Amino acid sequence: MNDQANFTTRSIQVAFLAIMAGVWYGLTKTGAVTPLFLPPMDIVYATFMRLVQTGQFWSAVRVTLFTIAQAWIIAVVAGLLVAYLVTRSRHWTAVMEPLIASTFAIPLTLLFPVFILFFGIGPASKVAYAATYGFFPVALITIAGLNSVDERYLRAAKSMGASSFDTFRHVLFPAAFPVILTGLRVSFFISFASVLGGETLSSAAGVGKAISLAAELMEPARMYAWIVFVIITAVSLNFIVSAIENRRREY
Amino acid sequence: MSESTPFRAAAAGRPVAISIRNVSQRFGDAGSPNEVVAVDDMSLDVRRGEFVCLLGPSGCGKSTLLNIVGGLFPATDGVVMVGDKPVKGPLPRDISFVFQESTLFPWYTIRENFDVAFKFQNVAKSEWASRTKQALEAVNMGAFIDHYPNQLSVGMRQRVNLARGIALGTDIILMDEPFAALDEQTRMVLGEDLSELLAKTGKTIVFVTHSLAEAVFLSDRIFVMTARPGRIKSIIEVDEPHPRSPDFMLTPKFSELRNQAYALLRDEVRQAIALAREAEAAHA
Repeated sequence: MNDQANFTTRSIQVAFLAIMAGVWYGLTKTGAVTPLFLPPMDIVYATFMRLVQTGQFWSAVRVTLFTIAQAWIIAVVAGLLVAYLVTRSRHWTAVMEPLIASTFAIPLTLLFPVFILFFGIGPASKVAYAATYGFFPVALITIAGLNSVDERYLRAAKSMGASSFDTFRHVLFPAAFPVILTGLRVSFFISFASVLGGETLSSAAGVGKAISLAAELMEPARMYAWIVFVIITAVSLNFIVSAIENRRREY
Repeated sequence: MSESTPFRAAAAGRPVAISIRNVSQRFGDAGSPNEVVAVDDMSLDVRRGEFVCLLGPSGCGKSTLLNIVGGLFPATDGVVMVGDKPVKGPLPRDISFVFQESTLFPWYTIRENFDVAFKFQNVAKSEWASRTKQALEAVNMGAFIDHYPNQLSVGMRQRVNLARGIALGTDIILMDEPFAALDEQTRMVLGEDLSELLAKTGKTIVFVTHSLAEAVFLSDRIFVMTARPGRIKSIIEVDEPHPRSPDFMLTPKFSELRNQAYALLRDEVRQAIALAREAEAAHA
């Protein structure tokens, strides 16, 4: 029964990909779309295979992945720390939670030029921008998770004389962990998108820069090769993260 | 203490373990219409090694009183003394709790649950393993030490929960309807286990329940409480040595005590129901 459902789910997912590829193929082969806007699939594939063999490909990927990693780590550390401090008291939760939530509602993309001003067009501005964006989901979701921990566990810990830090480490954090994990995951993909977006807007290096450069130089096949690479990377990462998450939830 | 010595008589001469003096608990703003008096000027003594039951209708403030005794929150008025110490917060070295639902942490195995409890309570690490083993064996759960709580039945979980309370090694254990979530048979068996453990260890236990049979079967003294505000209505003494066998439940003495408790409780339960209706009507 479960296998059957799983099979159906997978079939629909595969069918979706097949239809997307079919549409791409149809649009380009019938000439409905000019190759200048969307080159045929086989040409993009050939360009991609050539691209992978170049040193500039791997150096751009390295720059981007390193930028994402730095931004995400900063976002996670800052987000967890702020959530921990804010949930120390009900008063501070009431003050800070709406403040953080409404700041997150502002399209921070508007502030991207400010990050460029402060940090330059190198990776530092992308790290700062993506870390800022990625901070919010970690903080907000962790605050929500910590505040929804069952009161009886806290009462039990208190009766056993647990210190505030012990309570956090052995009760609050593990109890909220599945929720926190969701925050980390959302934050990761926001960091990922912010770094690529930032690089596309204004950058000296990285995958986003390569995409915008290919567009400027009117090399659509090259641009799409990069885009397809980013899509595959994002989907694979999501797949890996989900697998880890599912395993961790089984207790 | 010999088998035949009546337990209560043995306890009567012992020092006072818990002294509750004029304790009141009010919730909500004083004098306002939403002020609720949960506990009203209660005084009672619990002697060392005694098993005391707080019996009353739901909402009569018995759990509130237990939480105050355990230092989980301060009373509005009055003093609780444990030995010669006034209770001002949790006293993990003197008092352990066994709560209504199992409060084993589901993210830890049984062993880890015990370890973390010892850690909270500052027990020397060298004692953890032996104490865990001993307590689990006392409730016949030794084989499940590496299981997660969710892998056990509700009854087994509450057994382990009880063992954790005992493993903490405090002289006083406060139990807040520990068997409420269990089916009748499991309750009975755990009740017998508890009576046996009590006889072996000589712990002082304050037990909150609304089950008449449980109260009579386990207690040396039953404090019957009134509906809100909670006061002591009457004290019933159960002069029967621990460990008590299930045969005790078949004796005329048992039914007599049970009937006595029921007679005292009946009006209070009716009043509690009326109060609950009133509160519902007021909210609607």
